[in-house]
Amino acid sequence: MKLTKEEVEHIAKLARLGISEEEKEKFRDQLSSILEYVEQLKEVDTDEISPTAQVTGLENVMAADVISDCDEETMKKLVASAPMHDDNYIKVRGVFE
Amino acid sequence: MSLNNLTIKEAHDGLKKKEFSSVDLAKACLEQIKKTDEKIKAFITVTEDIALKQAEAADKKADFSNPLAGIPFALKDCFCVQGIKSTGGSKILANYIPPFSATSAEKLEKESGVLLGKVNLDEFTMGSSCENSGFFPTKNPWDLERVPGGSSGGSAAAVAADQCFYSLGTDTGGSIREPASFCGTVGLKVTYGRVSRYGVMSYASSFDTIGPLTKTVEDAAIVLNTIAGHDSKDSTTPPVAVPDYTFDLKKDIKGLKIGVPKEYFVKGMDPAIEKSVQEAIKKFEDLGAKIVEVSLPLTKYAIATYYILVKSEASANLARYDGVRYGFSATADSLSQNYLETKAQGFGPEVKRSIMMGTYALSAGYYDAYYLKAAKVRTLIKREFDQVFKDIDCLVAPVTPMLPFKLGEKVDDPLQMYLADIFTVPINTAGVPAISLPCGFAKPQNGDKELPIGLQIIGKHFDEKTILRAAYNYEQATEWHKRKPNL
Repeated sequence: MKLTKEEVEHIAKLARLGISEEEKEKFRDQLSSILEYVEQLKEVDTDEISPTAQVTGLENVMAADVISDCDEETMKKLVASAPMHDDNYIKVRGVFE
Repeated sequence: MSLNNLTIKEAHDGLKKKEFSSVDLAKACLEQIKKTDEKIKAFITVTEDIALKQAEAADKKADFSNPLAGIPFALKDCFCVQGIKSTGGSKILANYIPPFSATSAEKLEKESGVLLGKVNLDEFTMGSSCENSGFFPTKNPWDLERVPGGSSGGSAAAVAADQCFYSLGTDTGGSIREPASFCGTVGLKVTYGRVSRYGVMSYASSFDTIGPLTKTVEDAAIVLNTIAGHDSKDSTTPPVAVPDYTFDLKKDIKGLKIGVPKEYFVKGMDPAIEKSVQEAIKKFEDLGAKIVEVSLPLTKYAIATYYILVKSEASANLARYDGVRYGFSATADSLSQNYLETKAQGFGPEVKRSIMMGTYALSAGYYDAYYLKAAKVRTLIKREFDQVFKDIDCLVAPVTPMLPFKLGEKVDDPLQMYLADIFTVPINTAGVPAISLPCGFAKPQNGDKELPIGLQIIGKHFDEKTILRAAYNYEQATEWHKRKPNL
């Protein structure tokens, strides 16, 4: 079943991804064919199987809740990496219209 | 023979005996880059000044106890290096200069490694041909009309063209092994968690691994010795001891039990590849290994499982490129509009497709049917490997079903491109280690140049030692690794 244009627009909105009209059509086709391909997983019986997200058996690796120091120079470089910054602050565009 | 044609081992021996200096090695590589990279296009950034400075320092220090000291290498451009442009192959980070370095890059620097530069990749490592780079495609040194594989295509091409002694790449679903196979080099995908991922741009965090692309198996073991181990900055690196990976390398493989999974020889694969791999299996038998046919019936579901999970993780990881803290930012007035425009302008087609696919699989109403279902099948795939490894020491299989294809041949058909990874993605899904090494050459049906074929050896969790030993024994019994492309 082919995705509708509205579905594609909805996903793009969830991802905050701007896409053109041309891309909407392209993604309708490409995502639909990928989704059709992955349908085959339905054939696999996974009743009572737990999902895996960690393959080496590690779980809940904790670290002490301590702030590690950052030298002045690195801090300046980090802030300077931001497209908009002022003094020691990263500037963000307005949220309210 | 020029110095840049040497292996790490040979260059290291020469440095120790003072036959040449690290500066000589660096100059030979830089010369080769100048001579060949206009054709190959492996490098995004050449760090000539830094390389020469580091080489001088290595010569001055003259401590070559670590075999990587004074040896020039290249990093895939998704590794952050402090003060050096690190793009991830994406326009969204075209001018990004990280204020910190990846743990692996730091380790190499500490051991007096010599950084020649940053090499090309598919954008944020998403691809199997290097054509998804946000800047330019890299060419295969064996045939410039063909792809070098991906996503570590720049790494594989640079090593194959003797532009560097080795390169670090990343492997999420085959991104080290497939280009190694396409370019006729050795490529090692480690056990998940064996090498710290800190400071390397993430694609899919529960699949990503870091490893070397080298000219020989012994060189891969040498590099792994330095980069492996627990890192407090990457909580997914278990505190498993790091053995000396070169130690048992030369021990013979008499009695080694090697499994051949029948599902890895499928209809539609290139007959030349099947022939070379079968001959390699025969060679293992001659070397005294015991060959056993095994079955991994879930292999056919690996691509579907892999792509759902990987694209889901990718869509979450890529949310960070929002134009606020670093990287490219559009110039819209409101924050929400700026998110849309930054990503629209900064990302290429495969990355956008990944975000869309992953967001869909994780969205309300579809999470159970796609993400959760795939995560459960992953459990079964991992179990299947665990089960098979109870009776055998390692598996051998092809790396890819096809020879290196032509640029542009598959770029418009994502599903076809994904199928190039059919023999490599199950390995990442289970998290086990695997190595790719040359096992033959063949002319493709639509070309007249001989192209490399790769053999894959797959091992148990944290048992890189056994696959390196099997690979070393095979390599030494054959001549494939000695062939060089005509440049």
